[in-house]
Amino acid sequence: MSGRRSRSKQSSVSSITDDQITDLVSKLQHLIPELRRRRFDKVSTSKVLQETCNYIRSLHREVEDLSDRLSQLLASTDSDSDQAAIIRSLLMQ
Amino acid sequence: MNNPHHLNPTSLKSRFTTRFLRALTKIRAQKPISSSSPTEIFRRYRRIKVAADKSMAYSVRSRRIWSRAMLWKLRSRSYRRQDPCSGRRSGKTNQAIMKKSSNENTTTRREDGVGFVEEADELRQLVPGGETMNLCNLLDETAHYIKCLTTQVQLFSPIGKG
Repeated sequence: MSGRRSRSKQSSVSSITDDQITDLVSKLQHLIPELRRRRFDKVSTSKVLQETCNYIRSLHREVEDLSDRLSQLLASTDSDSDQAAIIRSLLMQ
Repeated sequence: MNNPHHLNPTSLKSRFTTRFLRALTKIRAQKPISSSSPTEIFRRYRRIKVAADKSMAYSVRSRRIWSRAMLWKLRSRSYRRQDPCSGRRSGKTNQAIMKKSSNENTTTRREDGVGFVEEADELRQLVPGGETMNLCNLLDETAHYIKCLTTQVQLFSPIGKG
């Protein structure tokens, strides 16, 4: 996508320019840990989107794991104080 | 220190936290007889996960296409649980969301010849409401969605150390 100038598409409604896409894609690139290190490399849009998908999936999995762990913790009926401590530490964010 | 997420961390995160804790307290209060049976653990896990998603979506409210889609999904799920014949209502709301997001800019299939249509479609499956978004919206919504997901993960972080 380097060196491409924006060209308008042939319709009367507002069109999406290549520059807009490039900007949005690079903004996305900065959010993804995998790609943030390669900030100065040319990363293809396809690669950025691919890594974005992987990253979102890993975040989903992480939330699922953490929810599961929390559920296990809440199941331990021994000490209410354990639960209280966890809830308290969550509160302190 | 630079905040790479460009969100006000105090306000989104704190709104998020408050809702989530409130939901957690309710879940914790629901103590069945065998609170450590696998079934119960799984049920609680689902409730926690839904609470986390709800907290996230309600903190963003209808400011984003993805949050609107997520809210619709969450609401229609609870309607469905009470009344299995609520399909008509859900369909109508879905159309409303679709209309709102695809009015702006052109349709999605214009990015021909630039070689990332498949990846974009894959992304559409992952972002709530993505199927209705054009490429511009998809990229923009994805960025915000990722920021909120990372906030959601941070919420659990005291537990993760255990």
